[in-house]
Amino acid sequence: MYPENFRYSKEHEWVLVEGGIGTIGITDHAQQELGDIVYVDLPKPGTRVEQGRSLGSVESVKAVSDVYAPVSGEVTEINPALADAPEKLNADPHGAAWLVKIRLSAPDELPQLMSAADYQIYIGAEK
Amino acid sequence: MRYLPKSDSERRQMLDACGAASAEDLFAHLPAAVRLRRPLDLAPGISEYEIVDYFRARAAENANGYASFLGAGVYRHYRPVLVDTVVSRGEFLTSYTPYQAEISQGTLTAIFEFQTMICQLTGMDVANASMYDGSTAVPEAAMMAARITGRHRVLAARTVHPEYREVLRTYALHQGMPVEEVGYGKDSGAIDLDDLERKIDGQTAAVIVQSPNFFGIIDDVKSAAEIAHRHGALLVMVFTEAVSLGILAPPAGADIVAGELQSFAISPSYGGPFAGIIATRDQFVRQMPGRLVGQTVDTHGNRAFCLTLSTREQHIRREKATSNICTNQALIALMATVFMTVYGKEGLRELALQNLAKAHYLAGKVQNVFTGKCFNEFVVRVGNPELVNKALLKKKIIGGLPLGRFYPELADSMLLCATEMTSRADMDALSGALRAPAAAEELA
Repeated sequence: MYPENFRYSKEHEWVLVEGGIGTIGITDHAQQELGDIVYVDLPKPGTRVEQGRSLGSVESVKAVSDVYAPVSGEVTEINPALADAPEKLNADPHGAAWLVKIRLSAPDELPQLMSAADYQIYIGAEK
Repeated sequence: MRYLPKSDSERRQMLDACGAASAEDLFAHLPAAVRLRRPLDLAPGISEYEIVDYFRARAAENANGYASFLGAGVYRHYRPVLVDTVVSRGEFLTSYTPYQAEISQGTLTAIFEFQTMICQLTGMDVANASMYDGSTAVPEAAMMAARITGRHRVLAARTVHPEYREVLRTYALHQGMPVEEVGYGKDSGAIDLDDLERKIDGQTAAVIVQSPNFFGIIDDVKSAAEIAHRHGALLVMVFTEAVSLGILAPPAGADIVAGELQSFAISPSYGGPFAGIIATRDQFVRQMPGRLVGQTVDTHGNRAFCLTLSTREQHIRREKATSNICTNQALIALMATVFMTVYGKEGLRELALQNLAKAHYLAGKVQNVFTGKCFNEFVVRVGNPELVNKALLKKKIIGGLPLGRFYPELADSMLLCATEMTSRADMDALSGALRAPAAAEELA
């Protein structure tokens, strides 16, 4: 369920780093907690984001939740599929429904994030 | 909801229930230093007869029987009797903004009708439940454009209502939103498109144009929109005279429409309360401020109405809300809704044509300053507007707005307005007075 090659944040985002670019999304646990997602608000490419700061928001029928950047850097790409089909976030949060890609400015932030195993313990403990 | 007076015994019961000996006990915890130690400075009560007498006397001070040529953002139009009949119903008149919104289906239905009519009128996809007035709708539209474009600079035509621009500057002051102005053609009275080309840049979020503009001229919104879009900015179209929308094509190229509905059965009332609107395209709805009523179905599948997209609003989104507006002008907007219902599409068109015909009759008899096509207002050169107005008052005519206060270069001119309420006899009297050389001398 939780890919081994992702790193996870306490705010329930995941990041997959390949060649200095981090692909960022929210976790399956996050989408389950949110319920039916109806809107995703993402930053414009070129925006600089800082680890732990809000980079956008996800709106479900229950609430609006901020999405926090798990790593710092510059947004290079946003997922164009989510504007018209935000429900994809419920269906495939770890795959097709990634949110943004970021060019990492501080790769040393990565070890601060959790592994898949640690994250699963974390969400188990949170319950 | 009704006003429920309390008797002494009911007061006693309430005090007993909360264990207080007197109402004074309820304030005992306040420091003595901040308490008012004398009775409120209110005049003693007077009898109903005296009150009626007082207001009759005040009403007699109104300038009854005067012809008026004032416009400039507040217009004299006929108010159909049906408007007050509907808005004075208790269900509308005394209900506050519904917190448990969906329990008030009547209020929501009326607002939904309002939004629908505003969309039809402006050619936009979506309209909110109304704004406080036109002047506050303009900065809200500018901030909306800034959120959409990620830019902050705003260009406003000098022909946008001067007081709207003042409100815009006030809002912009602490928003990091520099506001600059675009001039107008000295002959046309319309926006100077060359000046717009010079001033617009890659940081411009919005170009704000009014049509008919403050000088009454039907402005070139389309060309201004082309320039704005070429530079990645949004075009905000402003209107102060809603009746013009009865014959003017919905603003092609506008991204946001911000306007004032006073013309739709909202009495001038010393300048308010009025009702404003914001309407926009579907793609921008998430950044639109204010309440929004949507149509849905209830658990039985019946058509019903609800507040929708509330996540844009302050009670949910806090500091990230699109605006600090948490309400709308429900009752005043309802006046406009009833007005639009009474007139209908054909009626509104006919009303607009009447305004056009009256104004053009008058414009044909006086010295126009600008060559641009006007709707129901225009600028005339009269020499000394204040003196002319003084002379006109003696003839029971309230003249136009002297423009020097807002446009020093037009200190010799006034803005005249004619509506369906303006009689031909009054217009002839005005043009006669303006033409007679004796009139000016008599005053000087």
